[in-house]
Amino acid sequence: MLTKPSVRTKVKPHRPAAPVHPLRPKTWSYHLMLFPGLLFLIAFNYLPMAGISIAFKEYIPALGFAKSPWVGFENFRMMAVLPGIAQIFINTITISSGEIVLLIVLPVILALLLNEVRQMWFKRSAQTIIYMPHFISWVILAGMVLELFSLHGLVNQMLSLFGLHPISFMSSNVWFRPIIVGSFVWTQMGFDTIVYLAALTALNPNLYEASALDGATRWKQMMHITIPGIRPTIVLLSALSLGNLLNANFEQVFLMYNPLVYPTGDIIQTWVYRTGLVNADFSLATAVGLLQSLVGFILILISYRLANRFANYRIF
Amino acid sequence: MVRSRTLGARIADMLIVGSLLVLTLLTLAPVVHTIAESLSNGAAAAANAVSFWPIRFTWSSYTALFNGGGFFRAFGISVERVVLNGVLSFFLTILMAYPLSQSPRNFPARRYYIWVVVFTMLFNGGLIPWYVTIAHLGLINTIWALVLPGAVPAFNVVLLMNYFRSLPKELDEAARLDGASPWYICWKIYVPLSWPALATVTLFAIVTQWNSFFDGFILINNPHNYPLMTFIQQLVVETQSANLSILTPTQIAELSRTSGPSLNAAKFMIGMIPMLAIYPFLQRYFIHGIRLGSTNE
Repeated sequence: MLTKPSVRTKVKPHRPAAPVHPLRPKTWSYHLMLFPGLLFLIAFNYLPMAGISIAFKEYIPALGFAKSPWVGFENFRMMAVLPGIAQIFINTITISSGEIVLLIVLPVILALLLNEVRQMWFKRSAQTIIYMPHFISWVILAGMVLELFSLHGLVNQMLSLFGLHPISFMSSNVWFRPIIVGSFVWTQMGFDTIVYLAALTALNPNLYEASALDGATRWKQMMHITIPGIRPTIVLLSALSLGNLLNANFEQVFLMYNPLVYPTGDIIQTWVYRTGLVNADFSLATAVGLLQSLVGFILILISYRLANRFANYRIF
Repeated sequence: MVRSRTLGARIADMLIVGSLLVLTLLTLAPVVHTIAESLSNGAAAAANAVSFWPIRFTWSSYTALFNGGGFFRAFGISVERVVLNGVLSFFLTILMAYPLSQSPRNFPARRYYIWVVVFTMLFNGGLIPWYVTIAHLGLINTIWALVLPGAVPAFNVVLLMNYFRSLPKELDEAARLDGASPWYICWKIYVPLSWPALATVTLFAIVTQWNSFFDGFILINNPHNYPLMTFIQQLVVETQSANLSILTPTQIAELSRTSGPSLNAAKFMIGMIPMLAIYPFLQRYFIHGIRLGSTNE
């Protein structure tokens, strides 16, 4: 009762007709809000894009960006004749496509399994534990994997229980890619289930009740309600993952590889790092990096197109 | 309910729970192994005798880390970069996400700005131009080289923008009719309503900062200024991949004094505990806070 008068005083009288629609804000504040963030994007994202020019120059650090001489497509011609280049693209695509396929299949299975668990405490703890590796630095993950797979590590100790000889996993060109793919999937699998679990909670519970009344088994419910329910999400994430085809995880490979496994494990970014920052061939490294960025850009555009076409998806 | 379930259903339940149990154990195994090693006697760990339980239990690896200076200096630098970047990116992300969440009718220039932000997610200059730019800006060997480049994570901006857009439009319009400024609406109405999304983007920013090693590796030349992950990478992982030839004599001397499986395991533990301690509490936020992109109904 007491508050009534004060509410009334807050109601403002009608203003005279404003020149702009009253609901339309003055936009200068919006521009001002965006300004500081834009400065950072320009400094750390767009300036480096301008730096791509060194792919068409013979970059000499002492001369700097501007004064280094232009050489046209010389660096790209060089790239075409270098013997190892095709291999680093093959390695990258082999590793990343393995990861893409497994990270579509396994999270779906995992989400379906979690969805069937009735004990909530178990479901919650299982979820929390399988997310865990996502929050650990690759430095530590790689350290643990290298130790587990070392010559006297836990994996070889277990193999010896079965009478098998120790395998030098990390210097083997047979084992390197599976270990990279496997450990990457191990770290991301749990986190990637989040999206599917979110899609599952959005399904109408009435569907399950109605089908149960009609005598549907849990298997039938899964096949006819759950899987169709998350199919759009599966399609969407599959389409989007295409954009990652040239992105093997640089940090992971950088930490886990060694010269013995360059033939199967050297990816584009590790090659760019060694050529540019270790051997100081800045221009050639930038040219290869640019090729990767360009192809990656086209792949992402295609993947967004597919996602939009098949799942009505828009990123913004 | 339970009694009415058939034998087949119960077997199915057991298989489901069983397979999830195996998976969680597989996830835990390397971490448990690391815990066991860090709490074992150094000689036992060096002889590869430790599996999942400490042998001759001791805290000595941890006390050794506390007494050696380098490790906790690096830990402090990591805390510093997390705090600086966390605060900066918190404000910058909100300030970008709010105007971008406006409808094109309210803010016609939005369509250009959004492209400026999203394009950074689609295309980048690559490692070398990025390095050269940061060098030109004079940031090499300063903490700012670790803090500033990640100050506006485009992914987080889009995530928060989509969250803002999922809030009822009437909030914005009603407040504006009452004469509230965009700044007031952003900070007093949108931000307090968006804790799930804000917790999510802040968690992502913190985890990224804490876990990064490569920026410290190429942008910081003085090992005294390494953040923790770069420090661990230089002294542990690099030597594990059996590349002793590239180490300097001082590094090898340092190594023989401070290395060994149980010490390394202790470093791993202290390196991962801060992040593992916070994410379970923010779990319910990031499960609901993740809305990357939108599907048009």
